[in-house]
Amino acid sequence: MSGPLPGPAEPGSEPPGGKRRPHGMLKLYYGLPDPAGEAQGGLAPGGDPGGPTDINGAHFDPEVFLTKLRKECSLTQLMDCETDMVKQIRALDSDMQTLVYENYNKFISATDTIRKMKNDFKKMEDEMDCLAANMAVITEFSARISSTLQDQHEQITKLSGVHMLLRKLQFLFELPARLTKCVELEAYGQAVRYYSKARSILHQYQHMPSFQGIQDDCQKIMANLAQKLREKFRDGGSGAKDLAECVELLLQLDEPAEELCDEFLSHARCRLKAELEALEAELGQPGGAPITDILEFIDRGCNIFVSNMCLVIASYQELFVSREGMQGITRMAQDKLVAFVNSLMETYFSLVERRIQLEKGVGDNSLLVRALDRFHRRLQALAKLLPASNVAAEGTEIVVRAAKERIHQYLLALQSFYQDCLTDVRQSLAAPRLAGKESPNLAELLGTISASVLNQIKSVLTYVHLFTAKDITFSNKPYFKGEFCSQGVREGLIVGFIKAICQMARQFCETTGDKGGSTPPAVLLLLSRLCLDYETSTISYILTLTDEQFLVQDHYPITPVTSLCAEAREAAQRLLNHYVKVQGLIISQMLRKSVETRDWVNTIEPRNVRAVMKRVVEDTTSIDVQVGLLYEEGVRKAQSSDSSKRTFSVYSSSRQQSRYAPSYTPSAPLDTNLLSNIQKLFSERIDIFSPVEFNKVSVLTGIIKISLKTFLECVRLRTFGRYGLQQIQVDCYYLQLYLWRFVCDENLVHFLLDEIVGSTAHRCLDPVPMEQSVIEVICERG
Amino acid sequence: MEDDAPVIYGLEFQARALTPQIAETDAIRFLVGTQSLKYDNQIHIIDFDDENNIINKNVLIHQAGEIWHISASPADKGVLATCYNKTSDSKVMTCAAVWRMPKELESGSHESPDDSSSNTQTLELLCHLDNTAHGNMACVIWEPMGDGKKLISLADNHLLLWDLQESSSNAVLSNSAALEGKGQLKFTSGRWSPHHNCTQVATANDSAIRGWDTRSMRQIYYIENAHGQLVRDLDFNPNKQYYLASCGDDCKVKFWDTRNVTEPVKTLEEHSHWVWNVRYNHSHDQLVLSGSSDSRIILSNMVSISSEPFGHLVDDDELSDQEDHHQEEKTKEPLQDSIIATYEEHEDSVYAVEWSSADPWLFASLSYDGRLVINRVPRALKYHILL
Repeated sequence: MSGPLPGPAEPGSEPPGGKRRPHGMLKLYYGLPDPAGEAQGGLAPGGDPGGPTDINGAHFDPEVFLTKLRKECSLTQLMDCETDMVKQIRALDSDMQTLVYENYNKFISATDTIRKMKNDFKKMEDEMDCLAANMAVITEFSARISSTLQDQHEQITKLSGVHMLLRKLQFLFELPARLTKCVELEAYGQAVRYYSKARSILHQYQHMPSFQGIQDDCQKIMANLAQKLREKFRDGGSGAKDLAECVELLLQLDEPAEELCDEFLSHARCRLKAELEALEAELGQPGGAPITDILEFIDRGCNIFVSNMCLVIASYQELFVSREGMQGITRMAQDKLVAFVNSLMETYFSLVERRIQLEKGVGDNSLLVRALDRFHRRLQALAKLLPASNVAAEGTEIVVRAAKERIHQYLLALQSFYQDCLTDVRQSLAAPRLAGKESPNLAELLGTISASVLNQIKSVLTYVHLFTAKDITFSNKPYFKGEFCSQGVREGLIVGFIKAICQMARQFCETTGDKGGSTPPAVLLLLSRLCLDYETSTISYILTLTDEQFLVQDHYPITPVTSLCAEAREAAQRLLNHYVKVQGLIISQMLRKSVETRDWVNTIEPRNVRAVMKRVVEDTTSIDVQVGLLYEEGVRKAQSSDSSKRTFSVYSSSRQQSRYAPSYTPSAPLDTNLLSNIQKLFSERIDIFSPVEFNKVSVLTGIIKISLKTFLECVRLRTFGRYGLQQIQVDCYYLQLYLWRFVCDENLVHFLLDEIVGSTAHRCLDPVPMEQSVIEVICERG
Repeated sequence: MEDDAPVIYGLEFQARALTPQIAETDAIRFLVGTQSLKYDNQIHIIDFDDENNIINKNVLIHQAGEIWHISASPADKGVLATCYNKTSDSKVMTCAAVWRMPKELESGSHESPDDSSSNTQTLELLCHLDNTAHGNMACVIWEPMGDGKKLISLADNHLLLWDLQESSSNAVLSNSAALEGKGQLKFTSGRWSPHHNCTQVATANDSAIRGWDTRSMRQIYYIENAHGQLVRDLDFNPNKQYYLASCGDDCKVKFWDTRNVTEPVKTLEEHSHWVWNVRYNHSHDQLVLSGSSDSRIILSNMVSISSEPFGHLVDDDELSDQEDHHQEEKTKEPLQDSIIATYEEHEDSVYAVEWSSADPWLFASLSYDGRLVINRVPRALKYHILL
């Protein structure tokens, strides 16, 4: 195999990569790419991989290659190529030899292995045949055994079945005895359990006489049992829990549910009714006082009646309503329950309402509120148990009614309190006068009355406020958050009361108006001041207080403070006007009587001021004191210090002088116009019964105006002699001395007195006036 | 529509007595009686010329004494009655007499005011109403719509019915009634109802009003405490027979239905002092005048209790076209009672107001200082009532 390869390549020394190279060449030969080989090929002088010059390529053509070498290469190059080529041929030869050896060895060992395997398989085949024979024998045996055992097995199964049946039968036969024993031991539950187990079987085999007998026995016993249960059920002594058990058992005994419901409820009704009756007994005799206080009453009602009611509802619901497999009766049972609860609660509510109505005391109502709270709270629990009933709504309704009623009562109480205050004032005004002491201080009385009324209002507000306290359950109901505060307390109670005060004030003016005043004038004055105080401060104070305590959250229309104030002011004004009128009338009457009853033509020469004038001044002074206690002084017009000394003559007024002049000149319209204009310069028009201001001077001015105007009108209706005129002069001077200080404008007094004297002079048959000095002497003498 | 200014006339003396000349229905004429203790008293006959707004006057001397009340005969223009004070021996007595004025003055005269003073004339006395047995005369009332032969006088507590005989020259007391009771009862005022065939008279004493039947002279109704104080005057509604107005010292004017006297039908409280006089308008009874010692006269429109509560009713055939009809319906709504006007021309107490008997829209008022003011109903209201 190492035949010389003809080629220019000289065998050279093996290159370092020679070991790999033959593999690479082989690979190349078999068409596998060899990067190393390619690189080698690239370096080869041929430089044409795959071409006919590529010594390693498949299309190598030695002729082309040699020709190319000869053409291209020098000798040294050819020499080198030859050595190289020789080296390569040698390497390839040795490689081929190695490969041949290796392959040969492998082939020999494989032949050995195959021979060995052939021997082994033969042995195994024999053993398998033996195994198959043995298995066939075993199978045959097994079949034989099972066929012999089959009969016995069937018998055993049958026997165990019979055993079971016998045990059941035994249970059935023993059942009546067991049941009887259970009944004796009062283990009703057990009995029912036994019976319910057996019932279907007995029912199935009832055509067999023996079973029939058992069934009859059982039914008898069970009927007996049911009877007992029912008796127990009916027996009032058993508690709710026992009762529930009874009902459960009875239901299991297929007793009709509806009947049971009815029975259960009627039974519960009996007990609850009894409790209600006990409750009713506590109301006491109609018209009489209740035996217990309201809190205790409600407590008792809650603790006994309502809690039992809850218990009944709960157990009923457990028994009838929320029971598994009873969907059919749930609705009926629920309806029954609701009707039952509603009817009983109605009775209860009516009792509660009756009791609430007995609560007439107008003092502290914390007991009532607490009672109502408890009442309401308990109802919440009940309502939670039974949402279908309307007890919660009705209960709230009752509370609302009670609250409304309460507010009304407080309003009445406030009014009667106010009336009482007025009565007290009248009495204290009347009493000391009898004793002849000085009259009580009006300011003090006013202080007392307004303070006590205010206190009363405050305490009532406090009482009412309890209804809206945070810890009271019903205080968060919409009614108590809104309407109660605004319509109830603010409008109904406070505004109502203020309006009532104004109304009463107006009544004082109206009823007594024509009869001349059955109300003491001092009371009128006092009330007027009270109303004025209300207008200036009290009303807004009270309302602010109310609004603060009862945060009004709704949008009901409310009476504004200003309109109440206006009403109070109007009342005050009317009262004061009325006071002026009454006092003016009293003095007027004195003056009128004194003028009308005297024979002024034939009177004697005046020596004194008439007693009636002194009385007028005295009365005016005491009125001044009275008014001064309650009203401020007021403003006077500027006055001269010596006004009391003012002289006024009969003929002081110029227009009177003009009338005295005997002129028969006809007065044409033009002249009178002129005259009237001149007169207008002298005086302003005086309104006699005109509204007065809220001060002392204005009040006194009003009274004096009324009195003097009456004096004037009366004088004009009489005819006077000389001394009559002089007497009037004296009287008027005296009045002037003392009255100017009371009025706001002394000119007014002067004007009216001038008019009186002037008119008197005019009505005098012999008008000879008295000397001013004489008049002064008489008046100063007293 | 500007209203005419009031016309003012001044008397030299103080005066309380005023009456329209009732028998005169064409000319506007009033009679005023003066009060003077020193000089001869006068009766001024005041003619008002509506067109020229001028007053013409004639003066008659009334020598008997100062005149407290004057009333004109409804039948004879020339006849009038006065109540006057007679002073003798330092005794004052109020008497009453019937007078006749001179013929030429009956229908007024239009002589110039300047020379009237020179030829003042005197009244002719027809007869005295003898009151010596009965006391002071408060007033004399003629039978309304009568023949001027019957009159009633109020003397202290007596109600006297007189017959005038022999052409008024003799007064015969035909009937009388007396007020019995504790205290000194005294009539203050009276009024003869024009209804019921003139058989009813209303009188006032103290705070009470009484109705009398002139045939039997018995009391037929009694309004106790009609006013808080003295009742000063009365008047009958000329168109509604049971309606009566009263006024008094409580500053109020009240309207009564004499069939039910427990409560007044209406009350006005507008004056600030005693109301001395109240008068219904003769043709439009919603117009009510009141005069007071607060020197004011108030004209009220009391539509709701008048005989024309829906305004003046016009017959349908008077309406010419649809437009008128439309307006009519508007005014048919019930009208509100209201104060029409307050007249403040007076400086002193007003003791008398009277409607003219000739012109229903005109009235006169008299204050104590002798000022007579003639006023008219505001034109706007007049047309409102008429149209």
